[in-house]
Amino acid sequence: MSITRRGFLGAAGLSALALAGKPAIEAAVGEGAQEHEAAATGTRLAMVIDPRKCLEEGDCTKCVEACHRAHNVPDLADPAREVKWIWKERFEEAFPTLELDHAPEAFHAKPVMVLCNHCDNPPCVRVCPTQATWKREDGIVMMDWHRCIGCRYCMAACPYGSRSFNWSDPRQALDRLNPDFPTRSKGVVEKCTFCEERLARGERPACVDACTAGVITFGDLNDPKSEVRALLRDRFAIRRKAGLGTKPAIYYIV
Amino acid sequence: MRERTVILAALVLFLGLVTSPFWYARAAGLTARGPEPKLPTSERACLMPTEYMRTSHMDLLMTWRDTVVREHQRTWTAPDGKAHTISLTGTCLRCHDNKAEFCDKCHDYAGVAPYCWDCHVDPSSLTRSRP
Repeated sequence: MSITRRGFLGAAGLSALALAGKPAIEAAVGEGAQEHEAAATGTRLAMVIDPRKCLEEGDCTKCVEACHRAHNVPDLADPAREVKWIWKERFEEAFPTLELDHAPEAFHAKPVMVLCNHCDNPPCVRVCPTQATWKREDGIVMMDWHRCIGCRYCMAACPYGSRSFNWSDPRQALDRLNPDFPTRSKGVVEKCTFCEERLARGERPACVDACTAGVITFGDLNDPKSEVRALLRDRFAIRRKAGLGTKPAIYYIV
Repeated sequence: MRERTVILAALVLFLGLVTSPFWYARAAGLTARGPEPKLPTSERACLMPTEYMRTSHMDLLMTWRDTVVREHQRTWTAPDGKAHTISLTGTCLRCHDNKAEFCDKCHDYAGVAPYCWDCHVDPSSLTRSRP
């Protein structure tokens, strides 16, 4: 069989094209494979809170104190300027969409611990114009205070009021500073970060450690053997304003 | 030549005025030498060569910031293979324990005001203000 000039050129051209396209095809296939792997091994950090146990403790604010002490959160009395990471909200206000006309006596007007929900679908992240807040792979809605420009879009977007703005220099209101954690500066938004700095050291979040009544359970939602999964398997749990589709990671067992 | 005294007096006055900055600097004890930050006594070598740290410590700090905050990676390996915990107050200030005598010396001289300390806490300032 003889090869013509035209046939040879055609074959050479096709081979060159195939060689050039090879890295692109490999990259596409490789990326897909990596994504799949991440989904299988990924963690989803979450909290389960037992409001009934919390109510038994009465006026206890150990978790709030531990958190705010650890993260240099100032205690400002003025509700228009206050900064909070974890706090007590009246049950009806924490769960307005439940429409409990006849709420159980045990919960009526009683406080329940609330904090950033670290949503699966966080509206704050969508609106941030500088990407100062984003969703980590382990589920934490993280903040970069270096990058925050203080526009407060995220505060407007968050349906849970989990974010606070520093209207003044927080250091003025702090009587004791924790040198291991920065403060914020005036004009920056802040919120709970699930104690990512403690998690990095292999510790549990400060509020979980501070609570002596075992109200707050913390763990990986994707791990079937985790404590949070065990609780959610046995007990009926609700989430705040679940109808909004934000998919919060803070569960309240009732 | 009757104006000789006037000319001489004017000349002296002129020379005095022209050289006045030198006299002023001498009287005020000013020198052309740059700032002399106090180096730590506990450690001889920094994470990177002195020349690099002098010109580019801010780049390293920015990289550190992004590595921790964005990539949740808390250790950094120096070119010499040594691993260091990424922390401004924990790692840098552990050796450079006097911010006023080290950081501020050059920053003040160069007229730069980095805003690191608006948020990050200088641990030595806490112990000094609290007896």
